[in-house]
Amino acid sequence: MFKFFAIPAHDRRLIPEGRLSGPMPWVIAIMIFLTVLAAAAGLAMTHATSDVSEQLSSRATVQIIEANPEIRARQAAAAAEQLRALPLIEEVRLLPPEEIEALIEPWLGTQDLADDIPLPALIDLKLTRVATDAEYQSLRNSLQSTAPGARVEPSSGYIAPVISLVRSFQWIAFGLVALLALATGAAVIISARSALNTHTETIAVVHLLGGTDQQISRLFQRRIALDALLGGLIGLVGGTAIIWLISTQLTALGSGLVESVGLDWWSWLIIAVIPILGMFLAMVTAKWTVVGALKKIL
Amino acid sequence: MDEIVRFENVGLRYGAGAETLADLNFTLYPGSFYFLTGASGAGKTSLLKLLYLSQRPSRGVIRLFGEDAVTMPRERLPGFRRRIGVVFQDFRLVPHLSAFDNIALPLRVAGVREKDLETPVTEMLEWVGLGDRASARPATLSGGEQQRVAIARAVIGRPEILVADEPTGNVDPDMAIRLLQLFEALNTLGTTIVVATHDIHLLSKIPGAQMMRLEKGMLADPTGSLRFPPLPKDQLQ
Repeated sequence: MFKFFAIPAHDRRLIPEGRLSGPMPWVIAIMIFLTVLAAAAGLAMTHATSDVSEQLSSRATVQIIEANPEIRARQAAAAAEQLRALPLIEEVRLLPPEEIEALIEPWLGTQDLADDIPLPALIDLKLTRVATDAEYQSLRNSLQSTAPGARVEPSSGYIAPVISLVRSFQWIAFGLVALLALATGAAVIISARSALNTHTETIAVVHLLGGTDQQISRLFQRRIALDALLGGLIGLVGGTAIIWLISTQLTALGSGLVESVGLDWWSWLIIAVIPILGMFLAMVTAKWTVVGALKKIL
Repeated sequence: MDEIVRFENVGLRYGAGAETLADLNFTLYPGSFYFLTGASGAGKTSLLKLLYLSQRPSRGVIRLFGEDAVTMPRERLPGFRRRIGVVFQDFRLVPHLSAFDNIALPLRVAGVREKDLETPVTEMLEWVGLGDRASARPATLSGGEQQRVAIARAVIGRPEILVADEPTGNVDPDMAIRLLQLFEALNTLGTTIVVATHDIHLLSKIPGAQMMRLEKGMLADPTGSLRFPPLPKDQLQ
């Protein structure tokens, strides 16, 4: 498939090689730049949703709702004790009142709220596995005797709409990657056709001297593949710089879900392979276009 | 081989127009020399196109090197084309290649190694009197020089058939004679030569050459002492 890279220099001269003189490498560079960004967004969102889903799917929160702070504290301690004994529960953490106040501080300010507003006691549960609805119901029932006002909420329930939204963005990003691949293919077809038109006479002569479609198409494939690789590398460098900049800013935000929007090593590997895939796409498209056009000539 | 080319009831029509060539029946024999004559527009170039496989006929049978060239799969055509040398009327040199590279083109297309083509191409350049113009591009060559490069390119691969369309049209009379002598020498080595020309004076320069005359796309009666239809060389008187 890559035989055309070994074409001798004198054969390559059949089609003048004006690399970087035409728009092709720059068009490919822009396409790959956008593809890298779209792919990075899609991969980061995939990473974030799977990370957050994994973290939250086996977590639950128990709220002890009781107006009397003393009864509430007693019920919370008893409920925590009861929960620790259950085989489904791996870890139980009763949140101290200061931590609960810190959680609502962004909305209600820093004044001492515990006396004015009856905040529920919170117990953070880490389960041994993802629990079923029936198991959550069973948990609720078992807590009724210890803390009648207890509410058991799977954590995944809070984040589900956000995950759903992020998944939509993720698919939009991958859709953009597919559209950009199509646009790249179209650009290559236009470029190959233009090159064919420019060199019609040379092609006809080579044909009449006994040149095969394969010999001629290899010349175009080589040129377009090199242009695509060059453009792809430029696009990759530009795209990677933008991703690095954005990820630095996201990290600085220090916010839960946003912090999960990162790229692991295999995501970087996929992004690094994009110019190669672009070159492969360009090569196949060029071959298909050139051979198709040559077949119209006897 | 008894025959190298045979045309049977061949007709050629471009698009929906009238037939450019009609009812062509003739046989070309190996090692013979043919002139194809006729007025401008008589169909000489079209007939040559059929010979060098640039065009398929609209009807009839063409047998080339013993095989049916009309129904021959497209993938097999390059192999047959390499056995035919062509001098195009408009030279058709590759503009960005030097004279050397233009002449070397058929050998490179045929996969001849670089070290094996230096000598024959240089000799060919000397032969056509362009030894000092090896690196010149076609645009810097005169019409006559371009024509000689085109001829050198056509004969470099020692083709079994050489087809030349008005090969002496752009050269002075002395060079025309030299080129014809070149063709004759090639013919002596066994190459079948077909030269299309409307220069009637050339015909007498090659003793033993045969003539086909086209009139409005059809083969007409021969003129002078040349035989029609062409006969094998050994049967000529």
